[in-house]
Amino acid sequence: MTEAIVQEFEARSGAATTEAPEWLEPIRRAAMEQFTRTGFPSARDEEWRFTPIAPVTQGTWRPATGSGAALSPRDLAPFLFGHAEWTTLVFLDGVYSDTLSFAGPMPAGVRVMGLADAIRADGALLGRHLGRHASIEGSPFTALNAAMMREGGVVHVGAGVDLAEPVHLLFVSTAQAAGTAAHPRNLIVIERGARASIVESYVTLVPDGSYWTNPVTEVAVAAGAWVEHTRIQRESERAYHVGLTHVDQQRDSHYRSFSLAMGAAMSRHNLHVRLNDENIETLMYGLYLTRGDQVADTHTAIYHDQPNCRSWEVYKGILDGRSRGVFNGKVLVKPEAQKTDAKQTNRNLLLSDLARVDTKPQLEIFADDVKCTHGATVGRLDDVARFYARSRGLPRAAADRLLTYAFAAEVVDEVALLPVRQELDRLVLERLGGL
Amino acid sequence: MLEIRDLHASAGGKGILKGIDLTVNAGEVHAVMGPNGSGKSTLAQVLAGHPAYEVTGGSIRYRGQDLLELEPEERAQAGLFLAFQYPVEIPGVSNAYFLRAAYNEIRKANGLEEVDSMDFLDLLEEKLKIVEWEPDIMSRAVNSGFSGGEKKRNEILQMAVLEPTLAILDETDSGLDIDALRIVAAGVNKLRRPDNAIIVVTHYQRLLNYIVPDFVHVLSAGRIVKSGGKELALELEARGYEWLDDAVGAAS
Repeated sequence: MTEAIVQEFEARSGAATTEAPEWLEPIRRAAMEQFTRTGFPSARDEEWRFTPIAPVTQGTWRPATGSGAALSPRDLAPFLFGHAEWTTLVFLDGVYSDTLSFAGPMPAGVRVMGLADAIRADGALLGRHLGRHASIEGSPFTALNAAMMREGGVVHVGAGVDLAEPVHLLFVSTAQAAGTAAHPRNLIVIERGARASIVESYVTLVPDGSYWTNPVTEVAVAAGAWVEHTRIQRESERAYHVGLTHVDQQRDSHYRSFSLAMGAAMSRHNLHVRLNDENIETLMYGLYLTRGDQVADTHTAIYHDQPNCRSWEVYKGILDGRSRGVFNGKVLVKPEAQKTDAKQTNRNLLLSDLARVDTKPQLEIFADDVKCTHGATVGRLDDVARFYARSRGLPRAAADRLLTYAFAAEVVDEVALLPVRQELDRLVLERLGGL
Repeated sequence: MLEIRDLHASAGGKGILKGIDLTVNAGEVHAVMGPNGSGKSTLAQVLAGHPAYEVTGGSIRYRGQDLLELEPEERAQAGLFLAFQYPVEIPGVSNAYFLRAAYNEIRKANGLEEVDSMDFLDLLEEKLKIVEWEPDIMSRAVNSGFSGGEKKRNEILQMAVLEPTLAILDETDSGLDIDALRIVAAGVNKLRRPDNAIIVVTHYQRLLNYIVPDFVHVLSAGRIVKSGGKELALELEARGYEWLDDAVGAAS
């Protein structure tokens, strides 16, 4: 598989020298070299021990080259949170669609564009940030993404700007995605004192397409900025999704994320947040909802490099059928990061006897004056709560759905942006079969 | 309305109720008293259909039906209500949503049309007055972070909305301060009607100053050892429960 990737890389590099500016080619090439050195991870690799990635690493994937599908905005309506006027960059089978993308009115100092355009138009911004946050070291998938990166969304919110409405990066796969691999690369730069909500969705128009998405999103949150980042993974349940979000936060900033994983046969999301200065707040919420033979794997890492920062993390899983969840939560507190306040919670609800979860908190704390706690639970619906609901007239199945919904709602409720929260709520309800 | 005959029940293989006989008619309020471990909460739970208890003998007829044949939700739909001693917290679901879901399930089961959230809010407004509450309590998650008193008040609010034919209040007075007790008791009194009945399960006589019972039954070791009028509760308050054990012991 690796040889085929190298060949493809060489073929595209040769052809694309005119398209790629001078500064970018070495980045891609270094990433490719890194990837060639390591190859894909194997099951022996500690980071990938519980993640069945063989279908990805041993599969043969053609590059995603866009879709000939003639789609109308109406086809995308279900994915727009009822707000078709929000600025939305649409990518069809890995390639930016100019006709389906839509730019709403935006304040001055905001730029939203496809990566291919940004590479041509804004070398300065990209030079400062692209590949500067998500390290290719130790992460073959990130290296591969960096080698292949051509498409994705770039959002730049200038200092002090309040981006009143969210920007949505929407990755849609169609029937033509079958057998292809896409490596979307997103860059979100929120400058000093700015405020923004970003939504990143991976959705499908065909429920059973088998394809692979390998996205990397870099987020730079400057001093005093406020960012809400919602990530929705609703790939086909026969697809594969391996993604990284890397966030760098500066002094006095606030970053909150919510990550929903309910699609893909196998999904992996790495969320890495580095706190580069003092007085930073980071909230990480997530929900994985699996059924059948799905596997949803979440690896988060929060790097408390500096003192006086607070991180708060709650991930929940609801697992049905023979599905599996994996949660690994790293909290790394450097010796100088005194007064760190970090709390991590992972709670899992098993709806069937065959569902399974591997959960592992990983705290590495080298400072002595800190408050760091973690907790993980794996359980079933509470009998007493079920009896309580039934004693009020709810049939058993309805009581179970209500309690399952309640379990999810507790974390969905943390999404600040109302239309997004409502849509997440609806997705959960739909999966549970209504109330 | 309710006829309990020679009821035996156990939990985890251990016999708790050992032959209860009790008849409750419409319009009556019965108090079931007794020391800790006498089985009075078990009786309440068995009536509501708690799956942790196994009925090992006897019968319960409720409005002409075999109550023991009914699932907990069917009992609720047939007008039976248990106010829990320890109401359950359900974070993530608003009080209003939960109560409307319950209200509609009961209506549906009785062939009535479900009500939408607007109509339900109108109904709630009236019912909230019964427990002297403001509407903001309805947007909070069910019992989540409620004080002990608020939880008990919420049970009475549910009772007010669901309008049961037979309500069983399980230690509704425990953990209440005097003001909360007064509000909860006044709420229950407002819900007394000639066509419904209430069973008040309590350890102390205190609540019965406010909710005055027609009959008082004393449970000991899984049996009703004495029944009487409301004055029996006062006697228990004055003399404790031990004299009854002595009396029963002497009699047997």
